[in-house]
Amino acid sequence: MSHLIELEQVYKIYHMGDTDVHALDGITLHIGQGEFVAIVGQSGSGKSTAMNIIGCLDVPTSGTYLLEGIDVSTMDDDQQAEIRNKLLGFIFQQYNLIPKLNVLENVELPLLYSGMDAASRRQSALTALERVGLADKAKNLPSQLSGGQQQRVSIARALAGNPSVILADEPTGALDSRTGREVLSFLQKLNQEGNTIVLITHDNSIAVKAQRIVRLQDGRMIYDGPSDDPRAVVQPMESGGEEEMNL
Amino acid sequence: MSIVQSFRLAIKSLAASKMRALLTMLGIIIGVAAVIIIISLGDGMNNMINSEFEKMGTNLLQVQVLGRGTSRSVSDSEMYDLAGAYPQYISAMSPSVPVRASLKTGGEVSSSTSITGVGEDYITVKALELDQGRFLQYIDVARMQKVCVVGSYVDGELMGGTSLGQKVRIGGQEYSVVGVLKEQADNTSYGNDNAVYIPYTNATRLNGDASITNFQFTASSDQTNSQAKAVIEEKLNRVYENDSDAFMVISMSEMMGVLGNIQGTVMTVLIAIAGISLLVGGIGIMNIMLVSVTERTREIGIRKSLGAKRRDIRSQFIIEAGTTSAVGGVIGIVMGVGIANLVGPLFDIEASPSVSAILIAFGVSLAVGVIFGYLPANKAAKLNSIDALRYD
Repeated sequence: MSHLIELEQVYKIYHMGDTDVHALDGITLHIGQGEFVAIVGQSGSGKSTAMNIIGCLDVPTSGTYLLEGIDVSTMDDDQQAEIRNKLLGFIFQQYNLIPKLNVLENVELPLLYSGMDAASRRQSALTALERVGLADKAKNLPSQLSGGQQQRVSIARALAGNPSVILADEPTGALDSRTGREVLSFLQKLNQEGNTIVLITHDNSIAVKAQRIVRLQDGRMIYDGPSDDPRAVVQPMESGGEEEMNL
Repeated sequence: MSIVQSFRLAIKSLAASKMRALLTMLGIIIGVAAVIIIISLGDGMNNMINSEFEKMGTNLLQVQVLGRGTSRSVSDSEMYDLAGAYPQYISAMSPSVPVRASLKTGGEVSSSTSITGVGEDYITVKALELDQGRFLQYIDVARMQKVCVVGSYVDGELMGGTSLGQKVRIGGQEYSVVGVLKEQADNTSYGNDNAVYIPYTNATRLNGDASITNFQFTASSDQTNSQAKAVIEEKLNRVYENDSDAFMVISMSEMMGVLGNIQGTVMTVLIAIAGISLLVGGIGIMNIMLVSVTERTREIGIRKSLGAKRRDIRSQFIIEAGTTSAVGGVIGIVMGVGIANLVGPLFDIEASPSVSAILIAFGVSLAVGVIFGYLPANKAAKLNSIDALRYD
């Protein structure tokens, strides 16, 4: 069966002076339509590099990456921009809303770059805002909203273009735990509605909300399986310890 | 990315930091204002010079016979024949003979009054206008009648406004005033209004010298000045055997052209100097745009992550730079027109900023922004999305 995301033997090597750093050291990962996958790892594990490559923000040093069957591993800047625009929706830790634009304009941004006309742009953005329950805040500036609301705006922005994959990079990192839980349950709801979600986090307690966990360490995959398997949240002895099991 | 939104964003960010925007635009404002002032005053001065020339008659050609080192001379009838032979180029001709004698009105001698012997067509050649009576006529010239036409100063200031029909004395002879001219130069004693015109045949007799050294021609139209000049020169060359020092033919339209060229050169130099300010203004815009790109690195990263292509980012920043300089240009135009209208009257010049000057000034300021905005915009477009997203 063909998967939505297919990473085959993906390496990302950075040259730091004389030494080569293998941020990704031969990752093979398949994610299917409708899955909710958490990519977990400590800092330096390669999860951010993985997110950059899956998010078409970066290209692998070697290996192939097929997104919806399209080889995106050798694309240039502008081609990647088009893929990000059409197939990917991003949710960031810091929300990354543009402060000068109001909520509606922020949500419209990806549609603007896809060349949609003003009327349908506005309609789609409002629909996305309704899904996150913030249609009444459309004319507000991001700074007038709470952190949780801002993150919901960024979710609306990710949804607006109707992407194939939603990539959430530490989406609860800047939120208090209650608001963080709300955001997570919203992501779960989106997944139940059929959206494919890839969640990147260092936090096991958040990762277990996904159906499937992919654990990275030193650029390699050390676990790939269901989130309810106890091994999913066990840190290997040499680099962490049992205290990471903060369930 | 739509131009409309980029434009709105640019206006917003200008409005958000007014002081910074003003300082950024200052170079453009000063440069555009300076260019507008120079062009307005220059055009005004040009119009003034042109109207002065028009008063004298733009189609006037003056022939000055110097006749040095030659016994040859050109007679009045030869010159009349010449004018008659080329009616397509020359519409009128009159000799002009300055009389070395003083005017006496009543008991008073007015040594400042210029007395000139002229032909009947002098009124046409010099575009004079009659206020009362008539001008000299052919019969006056042919029969050497003792009649004269006086300027408004002579009539008003010397003869109490009742000169028509009275007698004046010139070189001991009595002349009747048959016409009074309209005021042409503010009615001053040193201007053209302090003048008396008598038949030139009388003038040569009064001077005791039959040779006439000055002839005034009128070309038939604006287009025939150079042909008229050519036929006159050809005639005089024949008479003086190609001795070009023996005579001068001065065409007013040529002189206007020469003056216009000088003025044009001066204007070009001044505009070029003002243009340097536009260049400095452009560098100011480039500087602030580079700062803006750095400040908004994260915004650029966000936009790129959402699918903005390089050209989207580039055009956003170019539009912003262009908007900044265009707004500066509009302010500069308004200031320039205002200052030109304030300063112009001090020099008796009616400042007249032409629509084309304003449009060009606006276009140049817009172009300065776009050109100097390109480098920062390109820098923004080429930012790495990942680094830009992580930028704090």
